[in-house]
Amino acid sequence: MSETIVEAPDSVARAAHLYETAKADSGPLGETLTLNMGPSHPSTHGVLRILLELDGEIVKRAVPDIGFLHRGDEKIAENMTYNQFVPYTDRLDYLAPLANNVAYALAVEKLMGWTVPPRGQVIRVICCELARISAHLLGMGALAMDCGAMTVFLYIFTEREKIYNLIELLTGARFTTSYTRIGGLTRDLPPGFVDQAKAFVEQFKGKIDELDHLLTRNKIFVDRNKGIGIISREDAIDFGLTGPNLRGSGVSYDVRKDRPYLNYSEYSFSIPTGSVGDAYDRYLCRLEELRQSTHILEQALRNIPGGPINVADGKGFLPHKDKVLTKMEELIHQFILVTEGIQAPVGEVYFGAENPKGELGFYINSKGGGVPYRLKIRAPSFVNLSILGKLLPGHMMSDVVAILGSLDFVMGECDR
Amino acid sequence: MPATDVISSLQKQFPGKVGQGKEFRDDWTVEIDREIIRGAAAYLKSEIGYNMLLDITSVDYFGDEPRYEVVYEFCALGGPRDQEHLRLKLKVSEDDLTVDSLVPVYQGADWHEREVFDMMGIKFNDHPDLRRILMWEGYPYYPLKKDFPLEGLPSDLPGEEGFSRRAPLEGGPFVAAPSNHPPKLGEAGTTLREPHAHPAEH
Repeated sequence: MSETIVEAPDSVARAAHLYETAKADSGPLGETLTLNMGPSHPSTHGVLRILLELDGEIVKRAVPDIGFLHRGDEKIAENMTYNQFVPYTDRLDYLAPLANNVAYALAVEKLMGWTVPPRGQVIRVICCELARISAHLLGMGALAMDCGAMTVFLYIFTEREKIYNLIELLTGARFTTSYTRIGGLTRDLPPGFVDQAKAFVEQFKGKIDELDHLLTRNKIFVDRNKGIGIISREDAIDFGLTGPNLRGSGVSYDVRKDRPYLNYSEYSFSIPTGSVGDAYDRYLCRLEELRQSTHILEQALRNIPGGPINVADGKGFLPHKDKVLTKMEELIHQFILVTEGIQAPVGEVYFGAENPKGELGFYINSKGGGVPYRLKIRAPSFVNLSILGKLLPGHMMSDVVAILGSLDFVMGECDR
Repeated sequence: MPATDVISSLQKQFPGKVGQGKEFRDDWTVEIDREIIRGAAAYLKSEIGYNMLLDITSVDYFGDEPRYEVVYEFCALGGPRDQEHLRLKLKVSEDDLTVDSLVPVYQGADWHEREVFDMMGIKFNDHPDLRRILMWEGYPYYPLKKDFPLEGLPSDLPGEEGFSRRAPLEGGPFVAAPSNHPPKLGEAGTTLREPHAHPAEH
C-alpha cells in the first residue's frame, strides 16, 4: 500500500510566500488591479465597500468605504424625547435589538441617577443574553457560510427561530423589539415565558456541541481561518476594539465583568480569551460565549425575584393606565411625560454596555429638559472596522472574506 | 476617586492649561487647552496607562463663543488603573476650527476624527487621511451642526465618486454593460448577471 501524505497548507506561510514571489516578479511591467468589493457583496454583510488594490491575489492596500446606511440617528436623537429614541436603537445592531434597548435605557438612567428594581434588572439580563446568543449564532453561521459551509447557517437559523419566538412572546415583535423604557420595561414577563425559556436553554446546550462538532475541527474551516487576520494585543487595544474581537487577541475585557452593570456581578461566568488573535480565535471566543451566556441564562431564569419592574418615580415613569384614568395626579404626570418627556438634569455621562459586537457606548450631553442636547453613539462595529486598512494588506483575496466574517460587524450600527 | 490624582498630575505636567475636574454620576471630566491635547494624550497613555481611546465626539454650542467642544473618552485596560475612565474636553472656536490629531498617539483615533470632521467640520492637524466618512465626498454641509435643519438641505447626489464612473471591470468577462435589453440565454457574447436577490446576501 502506498502511503499518502496529506499536506497541511499553512495559509500564513503560503500567503507570505506568494507575496514575496509577487514582489520579486513585479518588475517595471508589474501592475496592480483595483478591485471594488461591495457595497453589495455577499460577504460584506450589508453595505460595506472596500477598495482593494490587488497584486495577483494578494491585497496590497485596502480602503474601506462606509456610510451607505447612514441615517443620521444622532441628529434625530437631538430632536426627540429620550423615550422616543428607543425604537431607533433597535435599528443599530439589528441582530441584537434587545441588547441595544437595554444599553440605551441604562445610559439615560445613569444620567437620571435611577436604578431599576431587581426584577427589572434580571429581566434585562435575560434580554441581553438572549440577544447575545442570537447575534453570535448569526455571526458564526455567516462566517461558516463565507468559508463555504452552508449547513451551519441553516442549523443556526433553526435556533434563532426559537429565540425569536421567545422574543415575540416577550415583546410582541420579533425583530424591532423596543422593549425597554427609560426606568423600566414596557411590560412584565408574560405567563409561560420562564418555562419556555428554560426549555430552550436546556435543548440549546446540545445544539452548541453540534455546532462545535461541525466547525471547530472541520479541516476546511480551520484552514480558512487559522493564522488569518491576526490582530496583535497592542493593535487591538490601540484601535479600541472591543467584544470578541478584542478578547480573541488575548485581552480579557468584558464590561459585564469589569464594570458590572445590571446585576451581572451576581452571576458566575467566565470570559474566554484567545491566544493568537486570528480569525479562528475570534470564532472560538464566540463559541465559548454562547456557553457562558447559556450559563447566565440558566442562573437568571432560576432566580427571578418578585416585585416591581420599573423605577418608582411618579414624575419620571409613565403611571399605570388605571390610575391615569381615575386619578388627577397621575393624569397630570402622564400629560407632562408624553408632551415634554422626562426632565433630565444638566450634565454629561458616558455609559458603555457589553453588546454582542463589543462595547456599545452612549455619550449623552444634557442641558436639562426632555431632549438630549447631544447624543453620541459609540458603535462597536464602527470601531472594529477601523482596523481593516491595517489588517487586510498581505492577505489573499479569499482571506478577506474570512476576515470580514470573523470580525462580525453590522452596518446598521457602523453607519448609524 | 482615583481619577482625581490623574487630574492633579495632568495639572502639574501642563501648568495653567488644565482646568478643574468635574464629577457627575461617577464620570470625571476635565477641560484642557486646545494646544496640549496631543501632549496630554501621550502623557495619559505612556505615564498613566490609559491605553485605550474609547471615543471622540464633538458638541456644537450654537450661539456660544467658543462654539464647539471636542470630547475624548479615555480608558485603562489592565495595569494598576484597570477600568478607570477619564473624559477630556477642549473648546474650539469658529475662526480656527483645528485641533491636533491624536492618530500619532492612538491609531484608533483615525475614524473617530474623520467622523467629527464629517459631522461638524472640525479639522485635525496631521491627520493622515482626513476625508468624509459617513457622508459622501463632495457633500457641502456638516449635518450635526445645530444650524443644519433636521429635514436636511437639498444637495447634489454623489457624482464622480459614487455612480458616474465606470465600474473597474465594466465590459470585462464578469460585469455586463448596463443595457435595457436583458441578455438571452445562449446568445453569443452575453454574460449573465447574478440575480438581484442572491441567497448569500444575508
